Amino acid sequence: MDQAVMTGGFADPPIQSPQAFRAAMTAMARPGDILAVTGAQAPAPVSVAASVLLLVLCDPGTPVWLATSHDSADLRRWIAFHTGASVVAARGEAVFALGTWDSLLSLADYRIGTPDYPDRSATLIVEMPLLRAEGAVLQGPGIKESAQLSVPEVAPLRVNRALFPLGLDFFFTCGSDLAAVPRSTVVTDPAEVV
Amino acid sequence: MTEYTFAYLDEQTKRMIRRAILKALAVPGYQVPFASREMPMPYGWGTGGVQVSAACLVPEDRLKVIDQGADDTTNAVSIRRFFEKTAGVATTTRTAEATLIQTRHRIPEAPLTRDQILVYQVPIPEPLRFLEPRETETRKMHSLEEYGLVHVKLYEDIARHGQIATSYAYPVKVEGRYVMDPSPIPKFDNPKLESAAIQLFGAGREQRIYALPPYCQVVSLDFEDHPFEASKADHICDLCGSATSYLDEVIVDDAGGRMFVCSDTDYCETRRAAGHRGRLAATEEEHFA
Repeated sequence: MDQAVMTGGFADPPIQSPQAFRAAMTAMARPGDILAVTGAQAPAPVSVAASVLLLVLCDPGTPVWLATSHDSADLRRWIAFHTGASVVAARGEAVFALGTWDSLLSLADYRIGTPDYPDRSATLIVEMPLLRAEGAVLQGPGIKESAQLSVPEVAPLRVNRALFPLGLDFFFTCGSDLAAVPRSTVVTDPAEVV
Repeated sequence: MTEYTFAYLDEQTKRMIRRAILKALAVPGYQVPFASREMPMPYGWGTGGVQVSAACLVPEDRLKVIDQGADDTTNAVSIRRFFEKTAGVATTTRTAEATLIQTRHRIPEAPLTRDQILVYQVPIPEPLRFLEPRETETRKMHSLEEYGLVHVKLYEDIARHGQIATSYAYPVKVEGRYVMDPSPIPKFDNPKLESAAIQLFGAGREQRIYALPPYCQVVSLDFEDHPFEASKADHICDLCGSATSYLDEVIVDDAGGRMFVCSDTDYCETRRAAGHRGRLAATEEEHFA
């Protein structure tokens, strides 16, 4: 196993993981808020923020699916070494999925939970070229009136919202920044907002 | 501080709890099952809240712990000491200074801000449990949004007492979907559930975590002709003179003497420090002089 696989983890996990989780939790509680995290770097092309989320959330109990944009032998070994999570071949088995938006589609293939257990659904970590508080309008729990976030596409997120309380939850990552759009958020195209 | 890993729980356990918290925030009011751990305190002493707090705490946090509004009762003192010892975090009794507040059965009087997290200790998370004891059935009722039984319970209150007699753990509907038990807070506190802070609920024995994101719509169940009313004892605080805070009734002698005091000790102390005086405040000061 080469050195690159073994580096890029937290230097002090009991301290860094709660700090990273607080950012992830705040993002999920306040959709649209963009927060910065540090401390982890998985092999390219994984962003710092996505690397941090993998370390904070994944372990042997959470199968991960890697989209073609991110799947590599190095990343599989990094995930195995740092988290112990298994990388699965089918999206439908994944608890977490990582990739760019286009390579993660279609959303219909992931687990959305069951009416009895809506929590048994996948969380998608979407790598973005840009992440800004502009574009699509977000409304719903965690948002005072409305927020804006440069989500890649509105229509699939609206379909996802229509499944509530089932559905997928999203982290959007870019560099060291992350934001979240849970299934409870109503996403509207800015052109439609009067 | 080297005797314990930060905030007591191991990393694997924290990850499991953190995943549950994220799903709880994504589906407000839904109770997410989690693998509750044995904690060095008995069930019923806030093990759920303690595990949620442990999964959320960062070294920079300033922790406040209250039990029925008070910072100085056994449960609050022991949990505060637990985190002082295992996480080394700063603690406070001032609501405004705290970043994370763990609470048993009260919401502080002072409005919470967006930078604060409120963690509730929950004994029975299932609002339908006393109406339907089977978990398989209550789970089905939640999935089908079958909440008629809760309204029957409230109606029976009216039929027997002429009013909705449920005074604590008053059921709420979250974002028009899940009926949720707000833990046994007095119904006086229900309006405060719509808050700028993140609210997390942990039930250790029952192994459930649920959450309310900020500004989440939380409606106390009621009827058009019997609207919800956030009631309190019809008195003013005998120490600080507040007419708007939630009051505890304290028996002070064997002759039926009683006084009413704020249940939120920090609120009461802050008011007294600002010069507010209630009916019995002077005598208390003389007593301790």
